[in-house]
Order: sequence, then C-alpha cells, then structure tokens
Amino acid sequence: MLTRRRFVQGMGGGVLLSASGLPLLGNTRAPSELVGPTFDLTVDTMPVNFTGAARNAVVINGQLPGPTLRMRQGDEVAIRVTNRLREQTSIHWHGIILPADMDGVPGLSFNGIAPGTTFTYRYKVNQYGTYWYHSHSGFQEQVGHYGPIVIERRGGERHGADREHVLLLSDWTDHDPERIYATLKRQSDYYNFNQRTVGDFVADVRKQGWNAAWADRRMWGGMRMNPTDLADVGGYAYTYLMNGVTPAGNWTGTFTPGERVRLRIINGSSMSFFDLRIPGLKLTVVAADGQDIEPVTVDELRIGTAEVYDVIVTPGDAAYTLFAQSMDRSGFARGTLAPRAGMAAEVPALDKPVLLGMGDMGMSHGDHGPAPAAAATAGAVDHSKMDHSKMDHGPAPAPPTHAPAESGPIVDMRASTVKTALNDPGVGLRDNGRRVLTYADLATLGGPIDVRDSAREIELHLTGHMERYIWSFNGQKFSDATALAFKHGERLRITLVNDTMMTHPIHLHGMWSEVVDAKSSFVVRKHTVVVNPAQRLSYLVTADALGRWAYHCHLLYHMEAGMFREVAVS
Amino acid sequence: MKRLAALLLLAWASLAQGQGQGQLEHVPPDPPQSHVDHDMSYREMTEMMGMDDRRRFGKVMFNRLEWHDGDDGSQYAWDAHAWYGGDYHKAWLEAEGERVEDSTHESRIEGGWERIISPWWNVRAGLRHDAGMGPARDWLGAGFTGLAPGFIESEALIYLGEDGRTAARFKFERDFLFTQRLVLQPEIELDAFGKDDPEKLIGSGLSSLKFGLRLRYEVRREFAPYVGLNWAGHFGETSDLRRAAGESGDEFTWLLGVRAWF
Repeated sequence: MLTRRRFVQGMGGGVLLSASGLPLLGNTRAPSELVGPTFDLTVDTMPVNFTGAARNAVVINGQLPGPTLRMRQGDEVAIRVTNRLREQTSIHWHGIILPADMDGVPGLSFNGIAPGTTFTYRYKVNQYGTYWYHSHSGFQEQVGHYGPIVIERRGGERHGADREHVLLLSDWTDHDPERIYATLKRQSDYYNFNQRTVGDFVADVRKQGWNAAWADRRMWGGMRMNPTDLADVGGYAYTYLMNGVTPAGNWTGTFTPGERVRLRIINGSSMSFFDLRIPGLKLTVVAADGQDIEPVTVDELRIGTAEVYDVIVTPGDAAYTLFAQSMDRSGFARGTLAPRAGMAAEVPALDKPVLLGMGDMGMSHGDHGPAPAAAATAGAVDHSKMDHSKMDHGPAPAPPTHAPAESGPIVDMRASTVKTALNDPGVGLRDNGRRVLTYADLATLGGPIDVRDSAREIELHLTGHMERYIWSFNGQKFSDATALAFKHGERLRITLVNDTMMTHPIHLHGMWSEVVDAKSSFVVRKHTVVVNPAQRLSYLVTADALGRWAYHCHLLYHMEAGMFREVAVS
Repeated sequence: MKRLAALLLLAWASLAQGQGQGQLEHVPPDPPQSHVDHDMSYREMTEMMGMDDRRRFGKVMFNRLEWHDGDDGSQYAWDAHAWYGGDYHKAWLEAEGERVEDSTHESRIEGGWERIISPWWNVRAGLRHDAGMGPARDWLGAGFTGLAPGFIESEALIYLGEDGRTAARFKFERDFLFTQRLVLQPEIELDAFGKDDPEKLIGSGLSSLKFGLRLRYEVRREFAPYVGLNWAGHFGETSDLRRAAGESGDEFTWLLGVRAWF
C-alpha cells in the first residue's frame, strides 16, 4: 500500500509519461519557453504520473505547466490556441490589461474555444513583469491547464539579475476535481485531517484548566466552526508541485555562485496558499503581481492563490532548498537551487499547524462569554491577541455593517470586529521567528496609475457557509446577484470585509486593484488581493476598461460555489 | 552654483517622473471589438463557463448497517438517508428498521422535501410509512433538521396519521474524534405518540428511547466499520403493552456494523 508520506512527496518523481510510457521530462528541466510575439498553443489531455498512479491531465503543448510565454513590453501579441479536448476550453491571461473580448472568460468575454477549433487572442502588451495564464473553463485549471508569462521591460529590468528562474507552484490531484467539489458539498471537512480531538481537549484542560478549555469548546461549538479550517482541500488529495515536479522529484534551478538570481514565483494552484522560504538565503522581493516595488528583504513570504512575487537571491557555493509549505501544513512543494544539477540541501520539517484565533473570527474578546486563554491544541499557539497598537496606522475601523442578505441562511458568520492591519502576516506566520513579508512591506514604484481620489465606494463582504459549502459576496451567490456596475472612467474604492474564517485571494479582471492603507495612502498595485479573516481592506480601481469582467475569489471551488460577480464597465 | 542648480533640477525631474510613473506605464485597454450576447440566460452563461453555483448534488448515507446477537437470535438494523438537490432545496429519503431472524420487526420509510431556513436549520415535510409488527401506519410529517450548537446533528419531527393519531420523533447525534479516523458517535432517538395503538404495542406518551454509542474507524471517510452498544428502553403504556405481549423489556446489546456513504 502506498504510504501517505510517499503519496504527499510524490512517487513518480514528477516524470510525465507520454502515451507510449516513455518519460518526457526530467526534473532539472527548465519549463520550456516560447518567445513571442506569435505563439501557438495546443490544449490537450495527456497521461501523467505524479503519485504512482496514472491520471489524465489537461496540458498545453504537451507540458504541465504549460510553456513560459516570453513577451516584450510593447509587443502586439497573437496567441493561437487550439483545443484538442472533447470539451470547451479557454485561456485567461491573469493580470494582463487587455480588451475585454481577449480576457478569456467564457460567457463574459467570449464564447470559449469549442473542441477542435482555434481561437486567436490578439492584444498589445503595455506592461511588463511576471504573470500567468490558466483555463477559465470548469475545473481544467486544477488538472494542469496553467503556465507562466514573462514580459520583459522595455529598456531593461529595473532590478537587474544575472539569471532567472520561474517557480510555478501548483496543487496536483489524482482525484477528479468534479468529485472533490461534490465531496465538499457532501462533507465539507472531508479533507481536513487536522481536526481537534478528545485528546486535544484533555491536553487543553491540563494546560489551561477546565474553565478555559470548556469555554473555548463552547464558543467554537456555539458557532459551529472549526479552528483548524485553514484549507478546504489539503495534502490528502494534493501533491504540491514546483514547475510540475513533485517534492521527491526535486526540481532544480542552477546558478553560478555569486550571481544575483531572480525567481519569478507564481502561485498557479487551485486552492492552496504557500508559505515560501529558502533556508540560508534572504529573499529580496522586487515585484508583486508583476509590478516593480521598492525592494524589501525578508526570510519568508506567503503567496496566495494566483498571486505573483519576484524575488532576487544571491546564493553562495551551496545547494538551497526552495521550500513552499501549504498554509494548512499538510504538505509542501519543494525544489533546489544549486550550482549543479543533482545536489540537494536539507528539507525543513513542516511547521506545526496553528489554530485560527479570536482575531481571525472577527470577534472582540468577550463576545461569547468568557474569553478562553489562547487556544492551542493541535499545534503551536497562534497569537490571536495581536497588539493592535502595532497594527497599521490610523484608527481601528468601525464595526462593520452587514448587507441584509448576510443574515440569510447561506452565511454562517459575520465579523463584528475587523482590522485593516496590512502588516499582519496572516494565520500561521505570526511571531514565527522569521521576517515574513506583509502587504505593509509592499510599495509599488511610481505610485498609483491614477492620482484621483475615489468618488464612491463599493463595500463587499466575503461571506460563506463552510458546513454547507456555499460561498458568496454580501451573502449572495453569483446566481442570486446582479452585475456590479462601474462607470467608465471613474475612480472608485472597493472595500472588502472578510466575514469568513478563511483567507481569500480576490481577483478583479481587467483593472488594477490599488491597495491603500488605513489612512487611504497608496500601498501596492495588485491583480489578486489576499484578504485575511476579519480583515477590512480597501483598494482603488480606475474603471478604464470597457466591457464585462469577472470578479471572484481565486480559490477554484469557492468561485464555483458562488463567490463570483460580474463587473460591467459602461 | 551652476552644478547645484543642475542637481536640483535633476532631482526635481526625477521626482516628478516618479510621481507619474504609474500613470505612464499604464495604458487603458481598447474597448472590446466583439461582445458576448448580453441576452444570454444565466443557464446559457454558466453552461459556457462550466461553472454553476446552482448545481445539484446527492448523497446516500448508510449511517448504521449493523448486526447484533439478540435474545431472539441474530438481529439486523439499518438507518440510511439520502438527499438530492441544490443549496436551498433538497429531496430526501430515510429508511430505518430492524429485522429479527426472518421478519421485519420495525420499519420506517420516510421521504419528502427540505428547505434551508437559517444558517443551521432546515424545514422538512414529507410522508412516513411504518411497517413491521402489526398493521402498517402512514403519516404526514413536518419538522426541523439541522446542526445544533455543539455540532449536534438534530432532527425533530411531528406527524399526523389516520384516525387522529399523532406522533413525534427526535434524534440527535454527534461525532467525537479520538484520532482523525477513530470517531465515537453517541446517538439518542426518542419516539412519542398521541394515543394508544395496541396493535403495534404502542402506548401514548413517550414510548421509547434508544441510546447508541458507536466507535468507528474511518478507513476512508466514506467507509467505516464500527463496534457499538445500544440501549433501548420503553416507557409507560408502551412498556406495559410489550410486557403483556411477551416482548422484551429494556434491551442492552453489543453490535457490529459499518457506516458508508457516497
């Protein structure tokens, strides 16, 4: 029998098999690169074997991830996409500013690419940086339909490097994604193998006394929430990949000692947040979501689903482990940076999973009877009692007001205390002894694309019902809601309030999300904005892109379950 | 002096450029050349997207499929439910019963419709058919199901039968995890009736209480063999009727079973 450890680490070593069973790709390969301005991509199925079991993946040009598309700022690109699947497909160019009909969302931007047909995307690339592409049809993204985009800056990179590697992180599953979704609807904690046990309760009673332990269980039981709910799908179903290679396969990027190496890190997963670090190396973050930032040096960064960070490292004459553990600590993606192929460094142990705390619930202490001492059982203590004086600047936001639909049957909780706290690294990373990147560290160079202040504000609450597995904005699923109307040319402020206990990566198509701090000062320009539980976060948007756009949580099954809106700019 | 002025000018120029750099690097996109049909229905759109938050799902759960060695020989018991539907409405079906040797001792089949009314509660309506010992009885039923505070799966239903018969049924169960796969499930079931039904050995008032304790091991989430114990007690008139009929009184049994769902 396959042991779980082997399953998580991957048995096949990330070797893709051709139809004839011959290995097509080794672990030290660089993801192949296509150079524009004209690209030909073919979407097809192909058998792969990451775990010891053969499965069909959806691949692009016979590769998983798809080839890196290298463009140059200013290029007029033409991308011919041929669909060899038996179902419709699409490619969405994540983070690229382009005409609405080239955005690749079937039903909103175009009619999708029917089986056996070719669709040509044409657009002018006015930006530069690291981006990615993926299917926006069904669950194809979960089974391999994604790849990196690198756009070279006109006049050369601002933050020069001697060498670069793309690191695309993803979450492969042998399970049928349709079945994963159905399973979540049938039993939403199915994939959580880190739930609190009777033994944990006994340990808590010993540590904190009966009253505190009981009060803690009574509070969580009263809410019918689970403090270990950090990921809906974890290592039980997922094998985490780095550039399409399993941890055991050990994808390796080479360098010459002393070089400045740029890592273009893309989270191309469907449902996973990764906490990435390279023991022995400092990470100098130079771009966020493709946008150059004031360089900031950290030990570790959390990369939300669909987010992109570029970092520069200067490795010495040794091997270094690229370690990206999933947020729920149920597994990791792993690779190596080394002067030569075939080297490896020590792989760190997974951190202990922490529990969600009071701060993550959006509750002030005392909301539900006596406040229990910091809850800790399954793992280390998460410091829910964060020092608010150190958080962000400006006054604490007023208690949120909730839309009427949020009191409906498909919303299981509403935050009563929210914080902007851009300098909160998020659950599981607080006070871990490492310098962890936060949004407060990001400062996009050159300022916002539009210096106007917002003329109006749209407040959207991220809502859901974990047990019923329903996700929504303002308590309304996509099917219950009408499109959000943006006036062409307006500058508006979107405020997101996370009323759930999960961390959501929110992606607005077609327009930049310019995150501001609690004092409304510009911080960072992003295409995907991560909102922590009980966080209130605002960004400004210039509605300069006519047409119909998708706006959604980038956790694939959250989007499918209703956390999606259409944005109409007219 | 001249150099200083040049430096200042340079500094100002770079500052000014820095200020507007974001603006310079961003070019708004052209308007779309073609449009997707705006009159497309939600159904057509979601079909095209391959994404529909109104999709329907189903689940079949054999909560108890068990055997025990009773006083009257081998006994088999079952408790199964199934549902099919979307987030708001579901059709549901339940079957619960017991066979002793070759005869069905007790059987309840119930089905109907369920709608969510609050985050944790559903309202339910349906038809119930009781078979087994004595004549069959049919009921119209209504009530609530949901998850009570403390993660207690709950069912509370009342029934209206022929000849002015009424009944009520309550069921509560909860999971206690010993490990991520070893789960203890206590269950309490209460039955009450509005009037005597001697042919079925039922008296008015609280007629029976069943308390079960099952320890299962989830080989997979969907498949878990278990060992358990069950205590069934009868009260008041029911107890008297049963005694008169020579039926067993309070019963305490050990049992083996499987829980399975798909």
